[in-house]
Amino acid sequence: MGFALELEKAGIPTIPVSTHAFARLAKASALAAGMPSLRNAFVPQPVVGLSPGELRGYIEGTDPINKKPFMQVVLDGLTGALTDADYKGATFERTTPRFLEPDTEDNLRALFMQEGWTDFLPIILPTEERVQAMLRGTSHAGDKFVNRMAPTSFREKWDFDVEKVAINAVMAGARPEYLPVILALCSSGFSARSSSTTSWATISLVNGPIRGEIGMNSGIGALGPYNQANATIGRAYCLLSMNAQGGSEPGNTYMGSVGSNWNYTACFAENEEASPWAPFHVDKGHKAQESTVGIFFGGWYTQAGFGPRETWQEKFVRCLTATDHFSPPFIVMDPLVARDFQKLGYNKQALIDWCAENAKMKARNYWDDQWVTTLVKPHAVAGVEPFASRLAADPEEMISIFSPEDIEIIVAGGETQGAFKMISGRLVGGGSLRAGNTKGSPLFSVDEWR
Amino acid sequence: MSNKIRVMDPRGYPPKVEGKRLAGRPESLDGKVLYLIDCLFDNADVFMEQLRQWFAEHMPGVEIRMEKPRESWVDDPEMRRRVSDGGDAAIIGVGL
Repeated sequence: MGFALELEKAGIPTIPVSTHAFARLAKASALAAGMPSLRNAFVPQPVVGLSPGELRGYIEGTDPINKKPFMQVVLDGLTGALTDADYKGATFERTTPRFLEPDTEDNLRALFMQEGWTDFLPIILPTEERVQAMLRGTSHAGDKFVNRMAPTSFREKWDFDVEKVAINAVMAGARPEYLPVILALCSSGFSARSSSTTSWATISLVNGPIRGEIGMNSGIGALGPYNQANATIGRAYCLLSMNAQGGSEPGNTYMGSVGSNWNYTACFAENEEASPWAPFHVDKGHKAQESTVGIFFGGWYTQAGFGPRETWQEKFVRCLTATDHFSPPFIVMDPLVARDFQKLGYNKQALIDWCAENAKMKARNYWDDQWVTTLVKPHAVAGVEPFASRLAADPEEMISIFSPEDIEIIVAGGETQGAFKMISGRLVGGGSLRAGNTKGSPLFSVDEWR
Repeated sequence: MSNKIRVMDPRGYPPKVEGKRLAGRPESLDGKVLYLIDCLFDNADVFMEQLRQWFAEHMPGVEIRMEKPRESWVDDPEMRRRVSDGGDAAIIGVGL
């Protein structure tokens, strides 16, 4: 869509072809780009997995949205005379008011659900008094610009300020003292409500003294619903993302086919005190007394196990190769597991290196993946390592599927069980493939938002 | 009236949308250069090859050139420049 808009602006008549499932999104994207009459052609969903003959059938068949022969839509779109609407495009200004029209609580709750401003769990209505109380959690003014956000790279970015973050924090049930953590997450400009068809989510990690100051839980049930700060910080980040970016509406600004329960809330803290290793943020170059947040972009899968037992290496290889190799894992370990690995002679980096070295699969399995083919293969073709070597490998050759920088280890849990989880999530700004910026630390400062 | 309350709008601030016109259209593609751009989504290359064959069979007077960006989801100004410098029209797919 973005290419088509740019080529039209450059004077080249262009027809973007999409599958019918994206018709609403295509129309909305063209409108938001000021070119509402952009001429689209559609084929049925899916395209993936179809034979050349089946795709030829699409070309010789009917456009399911325009209800005309597909090639007629294409040719008319490229050669049909322009209308007045085509010549002028659409210029308009949208505004969002600071306050909504006064109404009863019941009606306002209904309005928030009707407009898609909630996750359909109960919210605290953001009255001015509550928002002002929330703003006392930071020294920054409500009108301070925080960042921009969009549900995907080809949609327009919307601005948001400290007050908007506070409003969504109130809705989520957060306390004012959590606001600096929520602001740090939102300052990333990285949406927790990606519109991707693959149902991405973000899972956030808090490090440093702020964990104790606001009473976060990094012990028993660290990843579960057992703490107000853990629960509401993650929820506030999710609500802010959907509202600040202009929505997370299925079929328009959200296209995740299966969806993800991580999109409700996903935030936890490292159990730094019980870990035998340096805290995560210290590994990334921060001082222990600094407070930070990190964002893992993933949520596709969870592999789990216990140990390390005698055959832990086989177990780890089974888990690692059962992950999706486009979305590498971060490994959450109970302190019992981390200490046992330490006793076995593995520090954190040594264990990460072992995982990267031993997680292997046949090259043909590695490349037979929709996202590796779509997003990694162009790097391989361009000669970027290690992808080029993986592409050059014989299809039956066992190749490494992760680099050490793809994998992270975090210690959390309450020592009631030697459990570990491998969770889909690439550190935003930290991996070898794109996910946010890669300048400096991949973590975001909480202290800057106090 | 007394049980009504006033709450704040949770949405961000949308950018102003500036209208942009479509490119002028040729009356026909005959004798023109048409770029078929594979956007790199899985199987899009197969679709574009079928489209190329369709034009070869049904509209041989159209010169077809195949293109693809450096990577999916990322703008490629150099590719766009090649298309706008050497082409008269383009089809891009399959995806958004």
